[in-house]
Parts: sequence; C-alpha cells; structure tokens
Amino acid sequence: MPICDAIILAHAPLTGDYRLLRLQAPAIAEAARPGQFVHLRIPGLEPTVLRRPFSIYRAETDGLSILYKRVGRGTETLAALREGATVSLMGPLGNGFPLTGSAAKPVLVGGGYGVAPLVFLASRLPRQGVVLLGGRRAEDVLCIRDFEALGWPVEVATEDGSRGTRGYVTALLDRHLGGATAAPELFACGPDGMLRAVGTRAIATGCRAWLSLDHHMVCGIGACLACVQKLRMPEGGTRLARVCKDGPVFEAREIVWEEPA
Amino acid sequence: MNAPAAPSLAVNVGGLAMRNPVTVASGTFGYGVEYADWIDVRRLGAITVKGIRLDPWPGNPLPRHVEVPGGMLNAIGLQGPGVAGFIEQYLPRLREFGVPVIVNIWGTTLDEYAEVAARLSDAPGVAALEINVSCPNVKAGGSSFGTDPATMAAVVAAVRRRTRLPVIPKLAPNVPAMGPFARAAVEAGADALSLINTLPAMAIDIERRRPVLANRTGGLSGAAIHPVALKHVYDAAQAVKAPIIAMGGIVGAREAIAFLIAGATAVAVGTANFIDPTTPLRVIDGIRDYLIRHRMASVSELTGSLQT
Repeated sequence: MPICDAIILAHAPLTGDYRLLRLQAPAIAEAARPGQFVHLRIPGLEPTVLRRPFSIYRAETDGLSILYKRVGRGTETLAALREGATVSLMGPLGNGFPLTGSAAKPVLVGGGYGVAPLVFLASRLPRQGVVLLGGRRAEDVLCIRDFEALGWPVEVATEDGSRGTRGYVTALLDRHLGGATAAPELFACGPDGMLRAVGTRAIATGCRAWLSLDHHMVCGIGACLACVQKLRMPEGGTRLARVCKDGPVFEAREIVWEEPA
Repeated sequence: MNAPAAPSLAVNVGGLAMRNPVTVASGTFGYGVEYADWIDVRRLGAITVKGIRLDPWPGNPLPRHVEVPGGMLNAIGLQGPGVAGFIEQYLPRLREFGVPVIVNIWGTTLDEYAEVAARLSDAPGVAALEINVSCPNVKAGGSSFGTDPATMAAVVAAVRRRTRLPVIPKLAPNVPAMGPFARAAVEAGADALSLINTLPAMAIDIERRRPVLANRTGGLSGAAIHPVALKHVYDAAQAVKAPIIAMGGIVGAREAIAFLIAGATAVAVGTANFIDPTTPLRVIDGIRDYLIRHRMASVSELTGSLQT
C-alpha cells in the first residue's frame, strides 16, 4: 500500500468543535471497509509529531471523509487547513466491523464522534436496524440526518437532557435487549466506558457485540506495540492483540478490560 | 560531460556487510514484516528487529507512550514472542527480503543473554546480534546492565563466547562519559557499537497528578535527542576504532550525515519510521546525493571526516 498525499476537497464545521474533512483518496476509499481507519499526518507541525488515527466516516468513488473534534494542538492545526491543502494518509488500516450475513437485527451504538464509522457501517450493512446515539450535550450528537437518509430510525440520549432522553445511551440499549424479540447484533464505537457497558450488556443478554476500541496509537500498522489490548483466546489463556492491526474492532467476549486505574 | 560514477554506499560494520549504511532502530520497525507493506524494505542496508529474549514477554501496561515536544516517550517494556517464536514466526519471511537481519537481544541474567545469542547463531538468516544493555523500561536487564562498564562488558563477553556473529552492544546514553563504555565493550569482544538508546525520561499529567506512562518513566526518542546522540557518537569514535551504528533523532539525511561525519559507519532511523515510513529510504537517497555533491566516491570518505 502506498502512503498517499490526499488533497482536501471540503472542510466544514459541524456542531460545536466537530468538523467534517473530505479528502481525495480514491484508492483508499475503494478499498475501505466500515470500521477501518486512516492514519493522518498533519502538515505544518514539527517532524516528530505523530500521525493521528481517524475512523472512516464515508468512502465514495472520489474520496473519503472523516469526522473529528478539535481537542488539542494537532486537531487545531488540522482545523486551520483549507480546501486544496494536502495531508499524508496511510490506509485503510485495521480490520473493521464484520459484515456477516447474520439474521440478527443490527443495533448501532455511538458515543460522540464514535458515530463516524457507524454511518459508513449503516450504508454497507445488508439489513436495516436501529441507531442509538449518546453524548454529553445536544451538540455532541452527530450524523442523525445521515442515518435518517438511509432509512434507519435514530434514538438519542444526552447526559444533560438537551436532546432526546436524559442519561446514557446504554439506557436506550436496555430497551432493545432482553425482550421477547430475538437477540440483536450490536456494533458500537465511542468512549471506553460506553464500550465496556455495551459489552457487559451483550454478554448478559446473549447477543454479539462488535466494539471498536479507541486506543492511542503510534505506528498504526502493528509494529510498535503501543496500542495493545488483552484478549481471551478460545482455547483458554490470553494474548495481547494490536488494536491498530488486529482491531480496532473486537467482539465483547474477547476483550479483557483492565480494572479502572 | 559524463555523469559522475555513482558513489559507493556499501559499508562493513564489524563483519556485517551492508549495501548501504542505513538500518532501522530496534523497536521502531517491528519484526521487519510490518513495514514491508508500506516501503520497499529490500532497499535497506539492514533490518534491525525488536528486542528478543529467551521466553515470550508481555511488556508493560498501558499507556505505553506519550508525545512530548520534539519526540515521544515510550515504555513498551520489550513485549516480544521469545527466541523460538521469533525464529518460527518472523525469520522465514525476513530471510526472503534478502537484507541482513540484526537481532536485538536482551535478558535478565548473563546466562539468558548468552543462551539467546547461541540460539540465534544457529538460526539461518541472522546476520548480527545487537545486545540491548540499555533499555530504560525493564526492571531487570536492560540499562541495569548498561550503566556500569564492568557489568556491560560482562554481558558482551558472555555473548561473545556463544556466537560467531558480529556482536554489537547498544550503549546507554545516561552515562557520565561514553569513552570508557566504548573501550570496555570493544575489549570484551564487541565488533561494533550501537548508540544511543532512548534517554530515561518522564511525563506527568498535572490535572491528575499522576505519571502519564503506566511504567511511570520511559525513554525519550525523536528529533530532540539528536544533538545528545551526536556528542556520544563523536566521543565513542574518538575512543575506539570499532565501527559505530549511530541513532537518535534522525528525521532525514541531514541528521544521518552528521552522524557519519562525527565518526559513525552506519546509521539507524527510529521514531521517524512511525511518522514517515519512507524516512530510511529518503536517508539513503540523501546520503547518495550528498556524496555526489561533495564529489566523494564512497561513504567511507564521509565517516569521521569532521574538521576541527
């Protein structure tokens, strides 16, 4: 895979500190599967500033899009780039979500900008399901219209109650689990606490949950071992998987969560 | 006018023949196979793989890295598959690249270092052993062996007795003076020296008042350490005639050429691999361009050419 220089086709603010970046990267877009990411080098920073991983939000014929939140100096610098500027991309990286032919109804659970790969996933899943989105405030709930355009119903929870139900997205999830209906298949991306809560519920109710982990990464291709995750092996025992290369998506039963620090 | 003849880039590092003077720093290039999807690894002068000990080793808890101005700290803790795992899982594919493989080895006892060296010496496709006596991120082994010249020399001697491969200790930067370490390593049987390892360092999350790294401390690498490494390479080259593989903060050909001028025979690209995997190839091209521009027929003319 070549490392590609991608021209910025569009760069637009969304709500709050969130932004949408569309890049001309046809080869990566064509190869991309939902849940994979690109490793982006932000130009204009010192030579030792590391690449940043971003989930692929959309992959179209001429390019791909990512969603990001301005959180630090890297994303601040990225946010200042205009259309026509160039960024260096490695991708598509990681394994992505499985697009199995499972008959179970897909339930997508997203927290904050963790929604990005779920939009891409909804556009590629062979069957329609439901989307549950959570965020601290209304401005942290993104992409509702994207799912509605695909015909997927969306339910929202915010911690301050400024949009949808007040509380965590897992409260919405509980209504879809453990009822008389067949067990759904869960696909989730968001903060660790949310993923862990989704995984716990999936295991308790006997459904499969595919969780996309957001560990800090360095190389992005499995060489440096900075982003490892302990996994249970089917035959017993554990192993350390590389989130960037062997993930970022793992099934809830595999993941051995560390005790909170 | 005829184009000038292409300069010779080939070097010999204590018996290790390299077609050009550029390798990669252990721990920044996995086991060689990971980057083969991204760059033409067959162009490298050698591939240096991540540290191997006798048995598989889990490394440290997360977080294992943090970005800092001018570089990063890591405390991976030498996670690895053990010597048998390395020989079985990685060495066959590494051999196919047709590039010399330098295996970085470590242990918690002299016997373990020696045993790993012996096992690798019997494995086809290993070209040289780099002895890690300088990792700041493991409690036993690593820099506990590397910050005392006599202890470091004992490790080198133990490995020397069990292998015919070129032996290249990787020296610690956190020493008062490099000269005595360089001399002790060569007297103990080192064929070449590798320097420097990362610098012991720390970062604190001031809001939580906790160390950022789970290991509390880590090793600093990246552009920030190049001037420190350059001084150590210069001092080592003054102290011994053994060839030196220099590393620390190379982001392009400029830093690599400075190492060669200071006395290095070869160089290794480290942290820059994470940011731009083509860096080692750019460094090879940049050294060649420099030699042409300065009308030098061979990279050996550059080594130790510092004017003082």
